[in-house]
Amino acid sequence: MTTDESDAGWFASVPPDDLAAARDAIDGGSAESPADWPRLAVESGFADDSDNYYDRLREATLHATREAVAERERADDRQLIHAVRAVDDCERVANELAERAVEWAGSRFDGVDSGIAGAREIAEREADDDLDRRVISLASRAAALADERDALAATIDRVAPAVAPNLADMAGPELAARLIALAGGLESLAKKPSGTVQVLGAEDALFAHLSGRAPSPKHGIIYTHEFVRGTRPEDRGSAARALAGKLALAARADHYSGEYREVLHEDLRERMATIRARADANGDETGGDDE
Amino acid sequence: MSDSLPAGVERRAIDGGTRLATRGPPVYGEPTDGEWRAWDPERSKLGGMFELGFDTGLSGGETVLYLGAASGTTASHVADFAGPTYAVEFAPRPTRDLLDVAEARDRLFPLLKDARKPETYAHVVESGVDAIVQDVATRGQAAVATRNARFLEDDGRLLLAVKARSEDVTAEPDDVFTDVLAELEETYEVLETERLDRFHEDHLGVVATPK
Ligand SMILES: C[S@@+](CC[C@H](N)C(=O)[O-])C[C@H]1O[C@@H](n2cnc3c(N)ncnc32)[C@H](O)[C@@H]1O
Repeated sequence: MTTDESDAGWFASVPPDDLAAARDAIDGGSAESPADWPRLAVESGFADDSDNYYDRLREATLHATREAVAERERADDRQLIHAVRAVDDCERVANELAERAVEWAGSRFDGVDSGIAGAREIAEREADDDLDRRVISLASRAAALADERDALAATIDRVAPAVAPNLADMAGPELAARLIALAGGLESLAKKPSGTVQVLGAEDALFAHLSGRAPSPKHGIIYTHEFVRGTRPEDRGSAARALAGKLALAARADHYSGEYREVLHEDLRERMATIRARADANGDETGGDDE
Repeated sequence: MSDSLPAGVERRAIDGGTRLATRGPPVYGEPTDGEWRAWDPERSKLGGMFELGFDTGLSGGETVLYLGAASGTTASHVADFAGPTYAVEFAPRPTRDLLDVAEARDRLFPLLKDARKPETYAHVVESGVDAIVQDVATRGQAAVATRNARFLEDDGRLLLAVKARSEDVTAEPDDVFTDVLAELEETYEVLETERLDRFHEDHLGVVATPK
């Protein structure tokens, strides 16, 4: 039965010196509960004794993990970019479809709410005729797309800290993914000066400025970060500059070492406390709300 | 205080001070004295816990599951004094460095896995480990400890560092710790807790054993 199989050790169908098979088993296998694998491996003849088992385990985990790291490093920032673009597409299409379904439903049913919430209600209705069926089906597609958007966002929450631990902690997973997407990858984000990071996502405004039609933008997509949004308007420029500076360093740390650097985060917190202290010193409340 | 140190961890005069140390190949440019290399409590929560005199229940040679190994700074010291050590880390880049640390040791097994999903490595990590060392610094630290309890021997030890800011940036660390401990106590009996602030700001050290 499958329960036996799924609870077998990694070595169950791995020939003793086959590292490729070991890698597949370690990477792709699973078990609900652990067991006394060293003893079972010796009993099954995979290893001569527990020392020999640990030698084989060492070789197998080193190989499997080295391969898995190489593969993930190649793939992950690209995956994040696809996911964050898919979030935006799902959101836009879900809203458009919901609007269409709600408008249509309003001509046939009473008390229809607007937006995705409205689409969800319509999706629950019983159809009386063929046209009802079409409206309800359309609404349920809008609702399903909204669900897909949420599932994609949850995936980004999980993947972003693995791809860019410093950036994800500093910016939050979704904004981290957006910055990576706007730059075209973690490596190119890591190579951007902080002034560019500050206005990523404000390309239109930047273009208008360069062609002499507008003042220079103070911030791009990092505006959505609490440190900028929650700072009073006259200090937002400094907040955006400070945040962008640390985000640029976070991206470099993530790309070049991948290690979490506590000191970056502390520096940013201190810098923000200083900027916000100005507002308090003026006895004047910030524009946004922290909680 | 030093009687609570496991065999293989000693206080030694290195680099002009008395420092915790283990015997093994150097990893992060730490000062050494012959085979001994200093264990910096500022760079390691478990090192901080030893320095603060926690009763970890470790005596040396244990089988250990290490969650959140990063590039192996602490895991390397653990592997120096413990027995077979399984090191779980989910970020590829630090794992690249962890591989070098593991290469230089006989019984340190690196795994690129998500500690929130123990079923993805329960076919590799053995049952009945003597200690789980956990330092994941992400939201849901109590849940990680709870899910991994399946690996721990009945009288084994969970040696946990809780980072308040990972759970909630805005909350008071003490409130965060209270919540984490409450969740932990559904699965574990908490034996000892103390703030690690001397070495790690807003972190709580916890020693627990399965209920
Ligand atoms: C504070 S660092 C650990 C430092 C390490 N313990 C040391 O002292 O050398 C936290 C590590 O946990 C990892 N981590 C966070 N969540 C994780 C998870 N769910 N599974 C595995 N590792 C995780 C992070 O990638 C990061 O490398």
